[in-house]
Amino acid sequence: MRTLIRLEKGAFVVGEDLFAMVGPDEPLPAGPVILPLRRFQAEGAAVLDEGRALGVRLEPHERVEDLAYDLPRIAVVALAFPKFRDGRAYSAAVLLRRRLGFQGEVRAVGDVLRDQAFEMVRCGFDGFVPADGSGAQDWAAAAGRYRHVYQAAADARAPAFVERRG
Amino acid sequence: MGVYQYDLIDADMLRDRAEAFRDQVSRRLSGALTEDQFKPLRLMNGLYLQLHAYMLRVAIPYGSLNSAQLNRLAAISRRFDKGYGHFTTRTNIQFHWIRLKDAPDILDALAEVGLHAIQTSGNCIRNTTTDPYAGAAADEADDPRVWCEAIRQWSTFHPEFTYLPRKFKIAVTASAQDRTAARVHDIGLKLRRDAHGALGFEVMVGGGLGRTPYIGKTIRDHLPAHRLLSYLTAILRVYNRLGRRDNIYKARIKVLVASLGAETFAELVESEWRSLDGEMLDLPDVELARIRGAFAAEAFEPRPLRSEIFEGAKRSDPAFARFARRNVLAHKKPGYAIVNVPLKAPGAPPGDCSADQMEVVADLARRYSMDDVRVTHAQNLVLPHVKLDDLPLVFARLQAEGLATPNLDLVSDIIACPGLDYCALANTRAIPIAQQIAERFADPEMAERVGELKIKISGCINACGHHHVGHIGILGVDKKGEEFYQISLGGSGAEDAALGSILGPALSASRVVEAVDALVDAYLAVRRPAERFLDTYRRLGPDPFKEAVYADADQA
Repeated sequence: MRTLIRLEKGAFVVGEDLFAMVGPDEPLPAGPVILPLRRFQAEGAAVLDEGRALGVRLEPHERVEDLAYDLPRIAVVALAFPKFRDGRAYSAAVLLRRRLGFQGEVRAVGDVLRDQAFEMVRCGFDGFVPADGSGAQDWAAAAGRYRHVYQAAADARAPAFVERRG
Repeated sequence: MGVYQYDLIDADMLRDRAEAFRDQVSRRLSGALTEDQFKPLRLMNGLYLQLHAYMLRVAIPYGSLNSAQLNRLAAISRRFDKGYGHFTTRTNIQFHWIRLKDAPDILDALAEVGLHAIQTSGNCIRNTTTDPYAGAAADEADDPRVWCEAIRQWSTFHPEFTYLPRKFKIAVTASAQDRTAARVHDIGLKLRRDAHGALGFEVMVGGGLGRTPYIGKTIRDHLPAHRLLSYLTAILRVYNRLGRRDNIYKARIKVLVASLGAETFAELVESEWRSLDGEMLDLPDVELARIRGAFAAEAFEPRPLRSEIFEGAKRSDPAFARFARRNVLAHKKPGYAIVNVPLKAPGAPPGDCSADQMEVVADLARRYSMDDVRVTHAQNLVLPHVKLDDLPLVFARLQAEGLATPNLDLVSDIIACPGLDYCALANTRAIPIAQQIAERFADPEMAERVGELKIKISGCINACGHHHVGHIGILGVDKKGEEFYQISLGGSGAEDAALGSILGPALSASRVVEAVDALVDAYLAVRRPAERFLDTYRRLGPDPFKEAVYADADQA
């Protein structure tokens, strides 16, 4: 069982993962589930009608905009990193937070490494399932690597040009 | 002085980066990180594992150095390398003989003078390049370095654009004469004023060299200058989401732009850009003014247009006169000049510079050029602000260090990649070919008679030596273990950008120099007055040149 690390009010904590990640063809288990996009579109309404919490998993080629209408009903958007070098999910996370106003959990799944913590947090991720055995402390250290940032992103950090104005 | 000085925030960024890398190197040396895990981390710090040793690529943001920085590079090359460095076409410097355990100390030493190796490798936004004559050229619309510095800050540790499909290179030019090869960049930006005097950028996207070369397409004629960063964000976001990731050779933005078509790509960018309003992406005017102020502080003295010292020296010393004719260019301020310092001495690898040479140039910059040195896309150095009165002195010191070859843009001013001598990818030796050509045309009178002729040599199809845009391009290819060289003609990376066409079958290494010789002879025989090699080729096409190189191939 992999660890889920949550970023809650600025602190990295090991969180309890209440959601079962369900594949395209697996039988639907009881309780909260994270479904692939296709399956969400087919079965999501029924799951929600049962009063269950629901998440959606997006592969990098799937457009986050396609979820826009449903976002208020979704608790978790899990963005997949098939390889750590595949950076499409960073844009997806930024769009979820800044353009679509998503308030739920944005979770990084797949080839998720501590050395990406800084970028992920800045792009609005707040749930992490590390693939490298790293823990909450490692994530806190990597995410806090830089005292300043140069550009606005999806987090609350003030860019250098704002800091300079004092 | 008139160069952007890092403030406390900029300095903290470099210190934090150096500290993080020290931790990663110690984890690697202790075995806590495997080479596989360490590789992406070292690449983000410009550290490559090459044929013989580690290579460290140090960023020189928009090719601008002060004397303290250049002196520090000299000191690093002495202490940690073999006493020299190699300036690249991205206006960076590479040290080719680095030990891993020294890398953190080198980054610390660099950070002390505001230098670093951030984003000099990896699939991220690389060092932005600009006109080496920025702030000195008379024909620029405004100082392009202001925008380069804005891009430097915006692109540094950009969280969304650290894992792009492929590397990403931006060039900014502000003059009619393009000295940055903007049209063969992922993004080329041309700063200019519209009919009402407002500053804006022509935005060119999707140019590039490598295996499949493209000339960039203009997707915006006049982007209001203060909207630059949001527009770049839109382009990068479209590319990050849609660029190919299944094939490294099709992953550059040029392939996306070509496959969608420039118009469709532009529509996607415009649509994304309109959605970005109000996201605090563009720099506020006060920040732009702060950066602009840092570059505006050059204290030029009022001076007469004509210098008797300069004129007298030209009359009495033919070598100086030739250097002045070839390597010294007009400055926007009367009484000043731009001095090109070639790193192309006959027999030396293009772009190589010894520690002693760096220190001499640093000293000259401090005394005579407002503490400002530039690195050029063509792998030379520039002292951008020298008083005419000081030119004879500057020339004498350069000459004593082998830095006064009067060959700017001439046949021996060759761009070449490091080639098989250093690079794990190359299949041929680019540097010895460059050296042989330079030696053949070492006679300065001969070279001057031939005139502007840009030769560019790549050791393999990755095209780091930009052979596609050489007036004469030379590409090394491997044929059953033997080194061959393919010649192309008619390329240009300047404002008249074009890709060269292959002339004929590849030649063996021993025939390259005689082929260049034959091309030059053919040109001299048919050129019109004041016509460059490139123009003659464009007028007449390949036939006379093909004839010259291949006519007696059967007997050879």
